[in-house]
Amino acid sequence: MSRKIAITGMGIISSIGNNVEENFISLKSGKHGISDIEMFETRHAGSIKTGEIKWSNEELIQQLQLPEDNNVTRTSLLGMMAAREAVKSAEISDINEYKTGLISSTSVAGMDITERYFYSYEDFPEKQKYIDAHDAGNSSLAIADYLGLKGMVSTISTACSSAANAIMMGAKLIKNGVLDRVIVGGTDSLSKFTLNGFNTLMILTDSYNTPFDNDRKGLNLGEAAAFIVLESDEVVKKENKKVLAYLSGYGNANDAHHQTASSENGQGAFLAMQQALKISGLEKESIDYINVHGTATPNNDLSEGIAMIRIFGEGQVPEFSSTKAFTGHTLAAAAGIEAVFSILAMQHSVIFPNLNFKTKMQEFDLVPVTELKEKNINHVLSNSFGFGGNCSTLIFSKS
Amino acid sequence: MSAVYINSASCISVQDTLKENFLLDLKADQSVQILKAVDPNYKEFIPPAMIRRMSKTVKMSSVASSYALKEAGIEKPDAIIVGTGMGCSQDSEKFLKNVIDNKEEFLTPTFFIQSTHNTVAGQIALGIQCHAYNFTYVNTSSSLEFSFLDAKLQIIDGEAENILVGAADEQTGRTMDLYRLHHIIKKEEDLPADYLHSETDGVIWGEGASFFVLGKDKTENSYAKVRDIQIINRLDLEEAPSFITDFLTRNDLKHEDIDAVILGFSGDATSDAYYTKGMDAFKNSALLYYKHLSGEFNTASGFSTFMACHILKEQQIPDIMMINSEKKTEVKNILLYNHLAGNDHSLMLLERA
Repeated sequence: MSRKIAITGMGIISSIGNNVEENFISLKSGKHGISDIEMFETRHAGSIKTGEIKWSNEELIQQLQLPEDNNVTRTSLLGMMAAREAVKSAEISDINEYKTGLISSTSVAGMDITERYFYSYEDFPEKQKYIDAHDAGNSSLAIADYLGLKGMVSTISTACSSAANAIMMGAKLIKNGVLDRVIVGGTDSLSKFTLNGFNTLMILTDSYNTPFDNDRKGLNLGEAAAFIVLESDEVVKKENKKVLAYLSGYGNANDAHHQTASSENGQGAFLAMQQALKISGLEKESIDYINVHGTATPNNDLSEGIAMIRIFGEGQVPEFSSTKAFTGHTLAAAAGIEAVFSILAMQHSVIFPNLNFKTKMQEFDLVPVTELKEKNINHVLSNSFGFGGNCSTLIFSKS
Repeated sequence: MSAVYINSASCISVQDTLKENFLLDLKADQSVQILKAVDPNYKEFIPPAMIRRMSKTVKMSSVASSYALKEAGIEKPDAIIVGTGMGCSQDSEKFLKNVIDNKEEFLTPTFFIQSTHNTVAGQIALGIQCHAYNFTYVNTSSSLEFSFLDAKLQIIDGEAENILVGAADEQTGRTMDLYRLHHIIKKEEDLPADYLHSETDGVIWGEGASFFVLGKDKTENSYAKVRDIQIINRLDLEEAPSFITDFLTRNDLKHEDIDAVILGFSGDATSDAYYTKGMDAFKNSALLYYKHLSGEFNTASGFSTFMACHILKEQQIPDIMMINSEKKTEVKNILLYNHLAGNDHSLMLLERA
């Protein structure tokens, strides 16, 4: 890449904390956020566990001080919480002072409300305002309005790789001078729709997910939102901004194998990592830590592991961990929250543990970091893969 | 900044846009609430077993994208970028109905698998075994414009030479019911719609898929040059003229340099005011509208971009699109202005290739 892109702010809400500080404390102390479902009605409550945020929509609305007549759904509410923190942490006071954009991402958008009133909107005139709030684009428009942002606003939806692609597109817009700064990331709330979708695919665990374990049984879904702020060198210099980290590489490829399953040789993942390394100009040996996609499904972890070995070589894969045992798989938001975790790892010189790991997979010799480990980390590689064959890799570097 | 060319254009819409000389047969039906896209004979393009499983947006996109690739003579593009507003809403709706009707039991995953917004881009990649960059934008009204912008940046940066770019949206039964209920769709009693001087809110809803190959090099088949794109989430009504003027200025153009302006008049009185305000300063340009031919939907600008391509290539403006009577001997620059109900305003500047 011709130049690295500065990251000047970050914000997050997940099942392990309502802000960056709380998330860091949970990660450090090994406190996961997987629990029984309490916040929405489903017959699976009590049997399937998720990484649920224990705030109701009403409580989130209160936190955000939204007017009573708002039509903001849960995905956007979570997004607003995280975006607000990101903007504050970047010390942005006038959001439209520079050419500013918002590239968000979501897979589920306003589904949490749609599924409640889908058949009965006719009987609830006061709920009909949510009809407009179903589409993914609307969620980003709502977040932008909340921030008072007037500029380029877009939404990426490439399933579980969405937020990585939002970050990537944001970087390209800065690099080409289309924008001076951009808030990038993603948000997804839990819903009956998604829960049942993943359940029918039989890739949900009946207990706690165990990434890269030989006996892994599937994922826990989670809900979260996270955004980071990217700014051009000019703005950073002019405003004397503190840089938290740099985005130094990105790669996007398609597995072109199957609508939902990953290929046996991890071709898409391999290509995404290869391209991200190439763009960063870094030697593969400089990667100190990989925040793997690591969903704990039999298919993903095998395919991703093989791709990592293909890139780095047998016995040469950098230390890695999946943080999904903490948060669950937060779908479109996953790469956003893992971007925040990657930055925290560099800032605090620590690798967060891959919880619940017991037995090495028989297919290869890969063991994740299972205890909190102190280590100077200069470059983190973060993977995110999704349905539709969408594979993305980001590389973050120390400021 | 190097140029980017539109080297092929294909569209499935409410008009029979797949056939030759479709410009002669454009028809407007302004008296119905919903307009359906003309189905091609899918059997000619897709194996019958697959047709049954595919939703309309996947089918339309599959045909339109293969037309576009074929016309451009490209087998595997260097990137696939798709825009949509509602994604795969037919399969989403089917799965949601199953979840509710069966009380979360006895479900099969097929509809869920095909419900994700990126299904179209993923299916195209799978179909042609393309491992390249693959992206899906999902905006209320600017997905195609973002897809074009992304493609343009990649070509200028030298990351790609030929990119398949498209946009698609389909209708679904329940969503259309809800749009009627919420008066996003015009009330029956307000039909037929007056697209240019509407006094009522609401629109006639359409659907369609448009695909293009954007390339680094001009070819014999080139339709247009993509000069510039501007997108903004919100605009005050009074800002519409300066939004346009600033865009023209940064491209060293004046209003009189624009030969044709294609405006997104939808019959929604409140939000059409942006177009009325915006077109005021164009005294010598042909003013055009198109949503009476395509219907309004999240990616309706795919249809207008496709029409702009044909106008530039064939140097002929269909009468049915004219708002004023300004005749042009040559059409060199076309400006497209679109938004949906005041959300996601976009400007796109195309030039004769």
